[in-house]
Amino acid sequence: MTAIRATNLSKRYGPTVAVAELSFDVEPGRVTGFLGPNGAGKSTTMRMILGLDRPSGGAVLVDGRPYHELRHPLRKVGALLDAKAVHGGRSARDHLLAIAQSNGLPASRVEQVLETVGLREVARRRVGGFSLGMAQRLGIAAALLGDPEILLFDEPVNGLDPDGILWIRTLMRELAAEGRAVFVSSHLMSEMAQTADHLIVIGKGRLIADTGVDEFIARSSQGYVRVRSPRLAEVADLIGTGERHPDHLRVTAMSTLEIGTLTARAGIPLEELTHVRPSLEAAYMELTKDSLEYTS
Amino acid sequence: MIDILRSEWTKLRSVRSTVWTLAATAVMMIGFGALLSAAVKNTADGPVELANALMASLSGAMFASLSIAALGVLVISGEYRTGGIRTSFMAVPRRLHLLAGKAVVFTVTSLVVCTLAAAGALAAGLAITQPAGLTPGEVVRSAVGAGLYLTACGLFGLALGTLVRHTPGALVAAIALIMVLPALVRQLPGQWGRTVAEHFTTNAGQLVMAGGGGGSSLSPWAGFGVYLAWIAVTAVAAGVLMRRRDA
Repeated sequence: MTAIRATNLSKRYGPTVAVAELSFDVEPGRVTGFLGPNGAGKSTTMRMILGLDRPSGGAVLVDGRPYHELRHPLRKVGALLDAKAVHGGRSARDHLLAIAQSNGLPASRVEQVLETVGLREVARRRVGGFSLGMAQRLGIAAALLGDPEILLFDEPVNGLDPDGILWIRTLMRELAAEGRAVFVSSHLMSEMAQTADHLIVIGKGRLIADTGVDEFIARSSQGYVRVRSPRLAEVADLIGTGERHPDHLRVTAMSTLEIGTLTARAGIPLEELTHVRPSLEAAYMELTKDSLEYTS
Repeated sequence: MIDILRSEWTKLRSVRSTVWTLAATAVMMIGFGALLSAAVKNTADGPVELANALMASLSGAMFASLSIAALGVLVISGEYRTGGIRTSFMAVPRRLHLLAGKAVVFTVTSLVVCTLAAAGALAAGLAITQPAGLTPGEVVRSAVGAGLYLTACGLFGLALGTLVRHTPGALVAAIALIMVLPALVRQLPGQWGRTVAEHFTTNAGQLVMAGGGGGSSLSPWAGFGVYLAWIAVTAVAAGVLMRRRDA
């Protein structure tokens, strides 16, 4: 069953449109990246999924039902929105215990998730003194408490050190491999390239792309082959296509193998023969350049 | 619902502000009670009248009502301040259930602590004043009345905290409605003004402590009922907004 289904989901704040007619599905068993520039409406969408914000139009269903109809929602959905949104005066263990109790989860789950995220040693410390990395782990522990099939993470790597980033990436991959639906937002394409199987890209609250990561690259601007040779003019004449640059030739109509075969047959030496792939970052920039909320 | 109650109890007992505000409430009840009782005893010519002795013993309620109201405010505004309210709403999407859970846990905790504090204040105060004609029934009634009154003040704070959603604003509203405005409306002129003053929040509510007398046209329980109506109206408004507002 589709884990999350948004249908014409919209959110307006007065005259400002934060999310406009957004429709997408999040499927189990893979990491779905939710991508868009800052201010694109990612967090608003996530809050609507979790029943925190009321949609102005459309609907979003979690496991086929509105979030607020779930009886023990944390057993179905785990979410990390803002890691620092915890009462600083409480210990990590009490914070998690209160959450667990509200959904009828046993206290033993608290110990298990503390172990999973590596916070067992500091379970009795007040969370106000936690570093961002520790707070992030605590937020993930809370998301995992109910052993949910669906997980949402809002910008989980923001402000983390490389160790923390790697840990979260690995965790998300593992959760998806266990068959769970993982929905993770980010404004960094490079981050999504490392983790996501599928991408939902939005800009100014509208859907720009809903596609696999590979198709996303393929669909955007074409790659090209860069050819450099001391006898560049001869190469150009030989293959009969391509764009002349002072020190190289840029070819889009032929593959490296075709060009290499031709030049080898003609005995022309090559300095370079490279297939230049467009980066995911470049593809993303190209797609979202019209939808940046704030342009510098 | 039992899940929510357990969860809210864990939240309440695990922050320091709970301990501090409850301790402040008890200290003010017993401290002021003993202090004023000593003053009454010293200025009295003969034996102290029972009504005066009881009133002196419970004189701390004026300030204790503010500290318990502060706890009521913090129970919910603390979650709004930190953003923890989102975690709570994610765990319990039926927001009124969450609010009801907070109210129940707060009420039970406050009733126990405030009634014990009032009993302590009465024990200390009456030991000092040694009034004539003391009956155990009267003492128990006063202690229970003070526990109820203070708990109602705390619930008023909880309702205001839910309505205003941030700590300083809710605290100011609570102080105004519990302490400042009740004194001001007593200055209203005429019969109409007198009626308004008698029915205004704590002017009506604290009758349940005094056990009659005091010149009000309301009986102790009627007065307490009027106070509860103020709180109920605030709580209903708060609940409606809590359901509708984005978190």
